Amino acid sequence: MKFTKLATIALTTMAVSAPVVADLVFPSLSYRTGPYASGGAPYADGYADYFTLLNERDGGIGGVKTAVPECETGYNTAKGVECYEATKGDGALTYQPLSTGITYQLIPKTMADDIPLMTQGYGRTSGANGKVFSHVFNFPANYWSGASRIINRIKEENSGSAEGRNIALVYHNSGYGKEPITTLKALADKEGFNLTLIPVDHPGQEQKSQWLQIRRERPDNIILYGWGVMNQVALKEAANIRYPMDQMFGIWWSGTDNDALEGMGSHGYKAATFHNVGSDFPVYADIQKFVVDAGLAAGDGSNVGTVLYNRGMYSAMLAASGAAKAQEIHGVKDITSGMMRDGLEALDVTDALMAAAGMPEFGPEFTVSCSNHGGPGDVGIQQWDANDRQWKLIGGFEAPDTKLINQLIKVDSEAYAAENNITPRDC
Amino acid sequence: MFYRESGDFKKTYQKDNQTFPIKFDRWRYYFVMLVAFIVVPMFLTDYMANAVMTPFLVWAIAALGLNILVGYTGQLSLGTGGFMAVGAYATYKLMTAFPGMDMVSVVLLSGLITAVVGALFGLPSLRIKGFYLAVATLAAQFFLVWLLNKVPWFYNYSASGQISAPQREMFGVIITGPHATPVAGYLFCLVFAVGLAWVARNLTRGRLGRSWMAIRDMDIAAEIIGVNPLAAKLSAFAVSSFFVGIAGSLFFSVYLGAAEVTEAFGISVSFAVLFMVIIGGLGSIFGSFIGAAFMVLMPVLLKNILVGGMGWPTDLAAHFEFIIVGGLILIFLIVEPHGLAQMARVLKEKLRLWPFPH
Repeated sequence: MKFTKLATIALTTMAVSAPVVADLVFPSLSYRTGPYASGGAPYADGYADYFTLLNERDGGIGGVKTAVPECETGYNTAKGVECYEATKGDGALTYQPLSTGITYQLIPKTMADDIPLMTQGYGRTSGANGKVFSHVFNFPANYWSGASRIINRIKEENSGSAEGRNIALVYHNSGYGKEPITTLKALADKEGFNLTLIPVDHPGQEQKSQWLQIRRERPDNIILYGWGVMNQVALKEAANIRYPMDQMFGIWWSGTDNDALEGMGSHGYKAATFHNVGSDFPVYADIQKFVVDAGLAAGDGSNVGTVLYNRGMYSAMLAASGAAKAQEIHGVKDITSGMMRDGLEALDVTDALMAAAGMPEFGPEFTVSCSNHGGPGDVGIQQWDANDRQWKLIGGFEAPDTKLINQLIKVDSEAYAAENNITPRDC
Repeated sequence: MFYRESGDFKKTYQKDNQTFPIKFDRWRYYFVMLVAFIVVPMFLTDYMANAVMTPFLVWAIAALGLNILVGYTGQLSLGTGGFMAVGAYATYKLMTAFPGMDMVSVVLLSGLITAVVGALFGLPSLRIKGFYLAVATLAAQFFLVWLLNKVPWFYNYSASGQISAPQREMFGVIITGPHATPVAGYLFCLVFAVGLAWVARNLTRGRLGRSWMAIRDMDIAAEIIGVNPLAAKLSAFAVSSFFVGIAGSLFFSVYLGAAEVTEAFGISVSFAVLFMVIIGGLGSIFGSFIGAAFMVLMPVLLKNILVGGMGWPTDLAAHFEFIIVGGLILIFLIVEPHGLAQMARVLKEKLRLWPFPH
């Protein structure tokens, strides 16, 4: 027991002596180690760099500096909880864990601690129902709108019908990968296609048996819900069995720069996306000038302009807009997490706002309301061009099967409310 | 000077047989209990409770359970993660199916359910031994995780397969769910940890424990002197799984509040608990606690020193954590192959003679 106490004493002194920051604190629960580091690192860089840019260029948000304390989770839920507990006391305004597993852990905790939880394009889809999930914000799109948009795209490519097609879902066998199954099953009934479920276990380095099954069954389309190393392996295996790449669709977490292969192997592979691609936006000039050239970039600066860097930056930009809105509503500069929540709920992302942030037409216009925390769910389709080695948008940002998705969100969120004795808010 | 028997006369067999026969040891034990039950709750912060103390207690219970199987009975098991998952999912099903049930019953029932499952997977131990048994229990690990992930009934048909613990209270104090105070969760786990350690201590020095140890030391000899290997091995599997199931139950309901079977109860959990037992000391109650402390607290401590104290980048610190913890494990095992508990034992012997070594 001696050792325990020594450690306890040492830990307490550490906890007490940790620096107290009085800025606007946006903790970053990042992962730069482990099998998902290839996805976690560029995202964390983008998130941190955008706040650094705000500090350097504008002097923070509304004149108050921002701080982004980082905590390594390794995509592990227990470590995620440890990070949450370690950082929430420093005046954390919002959390963006970039992990569906950690999101599920934090949903009840953040609600109890009155801290908004932002999950851009991941997390619990039914969190879009603001009546039940008062502290979850998963705009502008979620897993279900992504799945629906992919099915719509398949319909477009096949003269308006997916009837009778065999579609296989290759998914990460976790909360994240399982999330779209409900929607795809409902869509299969509605549109008349056959759905095959092919799970891949964590971390996804070994997929031989899955691709043997695909080779045997030759599905007409493959939908990929993978993350980290699983994406690279899946695309490689697909190329190995000469699966037609243009018939394969990834969700946005399977559509990153790391995933596409060297050479022509993944040419034509498509992926859904909820934001624009590339680095052709004014904000990048500022990031180069104020952050990278000043030597303040998080990481080694090599990720600037990649898909996940963009996404991290976009998420940071939405959080910063929420904070600015909160300052405006409450007339206070040093906002609390509760005010931040109000700000996010009143968020109105317009083209003018995006342009002012140096990201014109980067993401869709949307308005958050008390009952709708999910935004419109407009999703675009990007395609990998192996000749230029970049993603290109080929389909516009269109609404998915909103009616069906809203129905599913309602059912799932009400089940959660009943299980946890939550009375839905009136709005 | 310390640990002196002199002047401490025992007049009954009962007193002679007590767990802490030396006065100093006994007082130290009372002191630890006092600190754990009264002093720690007074100074417990959210972080200390949710990131340090509660996981430590939960892992200590799991290590205690595995120690009964590996340390006392000599049956190598790699199924701990799977059995913890059974405990967690049993808790979830009981909590959602019977909202009125109090948490102590839920946790104990989850332990019992896990005990049944554990005994079932213990059946092969009658025919296979050693490393082959480890492989058989490894099958339990993968099968249980696969089953809990595959059948939607276990997670009440939720979209993502995640289970989350609803709010429950006892004596008006919230124990599970997000509104639980850190002290309530800590004390709830502490009661179980202390109670189970007491049970383990008394089981292992009684008839049952002696039959386990007889099997461990030489199963044929044990059979000849009249130990029934079926009863001994299966009871060890059942009791061990009972402990591990309770650990899984508390892990899910009090510590994490939500869990997902492949991520939270994977093979790495089985190995982690096995390391705790080996580093702490096979066949030692104290060893289970100190092993859990080492494996749970060391990474957190290092992280706080490297990132919080020295300002290292998080990824570098995370990698160094592995190196340092791995190095320490090696050093401890080279210096004392019988684990930290043996080190404490040696230290105690030395202190008894101190300051006159001869």
